[in-house]
Amino acid sequence: MRTTVLEYDLSKIVELARQGKRVDGRAFESARDFTLELDMCKNAEGSAIIKLGDTKVIAGIKMAVDKPYPDSPDEGAISVGAELLPLAHGDYETGPPSMDEIEVARVVDRGIRESKAIDFTTLCIKEGEACWIAFMDFYAVNGDGNLFDAGSIAGLATFMNTSVPKLDENNKIIKHEYKGKLQLKRHPLLTTFVKVGGKIMVDPTYLEEKASEARFSVATTEDGFMSAMQKGPGAFTLEEVNYMIDLAFKVADERRKKLFKAVKN
Amino acid sequence: MKVNDMSGRVKENMPDYKKDKKRVDGRKMDELRPLSIKVGVLPNADGSAYLEWGQNKVFAAVHGPREALPKHTQNPYKANVKVTYRMTTFSVPDRKRPGPNRRDQEISKVLSEALTKAVFVEQFPNTEISVFVEVIDSNAGSRVACLTAASCALANAGIPMRDLVAATGVGKAFNEIIVDLNKDEEDAPDAVDIPFGILPNSGEIVLLQMDGLLTKEEWAKVNEMGYKACKEIYEVQKKALQEQFVLSEVSEQNVEESVEKKEAEKKEIEKKESKKEAKEDKAKKVRK
Repeated sequence: MRTTVLEYDLSKIVELARQGKRVDGRAFESARDFTLELDMCKNAEGSAIIKLGDTKVIAGIKMAVDKPYPDSPDEGAISVGAELLPLAHGDYETGPPSMDEIEVARVVDRGIRESKAIDFTTLCIKEGEACWIAFMDFYAVNGDGNLFDAGSIAGLATFMNTSVPKLDENNKIIKHEYKGKLQLKRHPLLTTFVKVGGKIMVDPTYLEEKASEARFSVATTEDGFMSAMQKGPGAFTLEEVNYMIDLAFKVADERRKKLFKAVKN
Repeated sequence: MKVNDMSGRVKENMPDYKKDKKRVDGRKMDELRPLSIKVGVLPNADGSAYLEWGQNKVFAAVHGPREALPKHTQNPYKANVKVTYRMTTFSVPDRKRPGPNRRDQEISKVLSEALTKAVFVEQFPNTEISVFVEVIDSNAGSRVACLTAASCALANAGIPMRDLVAATGVGKAFNEIIVDLNKDEEDAPDAVDIPFGILPNSGEIVLLQMDGLLTKEEWAKVNEMGYKACKEIYEVQKKALQEQFVLSEVSEQNVEESVEKKEAEKKEIEKKESKKEAKEDKAKKVRK
């Protein structure tokens, strides 16, 4: 039953796309609006919940003290994990991390890490002995497409809002006491596109993702850099990639404005 | 020379690519490491390839199309192209823990997606085309080496394809745009690594990932160099696939000699047989 409905919907979406339309009435180049709520998890050092259309993602950061990696004794680290919870969609299953979970986590991670937004030397506590590791994990609690962008916005909001705990003389965390916020140099955001019926659209919904023949994400910063790219299934021409990069800068700039406003309040 | 790592720190005493006009390993900016491919190297596989690309060494094998199992993975409209990318424990400077890690799984996924676009998957419903790639030695760019080898292995298996997939690393190190980064360049403070794979005939991009900070202007130069490098790789792939049909050097003289030899053998056999017959005849007479 479900399959029949889906097949019908998908062919409708492709047909609409060829006519230049989307199911929810958006233009191809317009992203869904989002709302952000911050700091709702008191046990986390930073947390955020985003609603991007009907996609809902919760992100949280736990700061942990650990030994630095031997090849970078004066640097801390970040780690990003993603879980698509079975409660979020009928498609998501329990069990070990799926390929989709691993991919979305690693792409969000790359966007932030490779933008050099966080200077890892500031996460060093004592060279060669102790450093901070910021574990950012995000969970899809309602899946309606584009978990890349939702995870990226929620993740960045969380990093911007993370308090670094105070430490005692043995480098043990003192609970509920903080010495300040995590500092970010840049604010990279992912923008994701799909190709449906030969047309490129930004910020796809679940059904648009299902109907798509190709997918592409690019992370952009406010100072004119791209920090990560990931092509999913399918193929793009060079012109299409260049078009998506141009549009990604615009979409990310608008999202960033909104994000900054939400974090300030 | 000084290189800014873009997080506010400047590293001193770095190679100066602009001035030297050559790279740490002596290559030009747009020069690939030596690349060689041989197909049909693994007899048990339906198709296979062995590739050496600088220090990178990889095996690729194709099994199938075969029934996709478990059954729920079957697609009634097309075949699943499933790439399994793995590295041997000794293929990296620090021993790799055996078994798939998150990186292996992500690479397997993007390689599967790239190859799916090259294969006529709709001709083999309900099947899986399994592609296994194993890295036995590595020095940056192993995933593009695997993709290049895997597409040769698919062609070697006789699987109908739109095109081969040619892929290379391309990006930036020490303030210059370069192709086919090696490990030293991948570890540069300003390194940008872009695995870039295309269908050479249509120019469609089927593999595109990036990490590092890159501007739009730099991207324009990067993709231009990427296309050029991929065309070179494509020629090596084609040559490797043509070579599988050449068994040995066959000159006219060789042919004549072998014909003479065969005729001589034939005569000898005939002689023996006629002797045998004569003996048998004699025996028959004696019996009579």
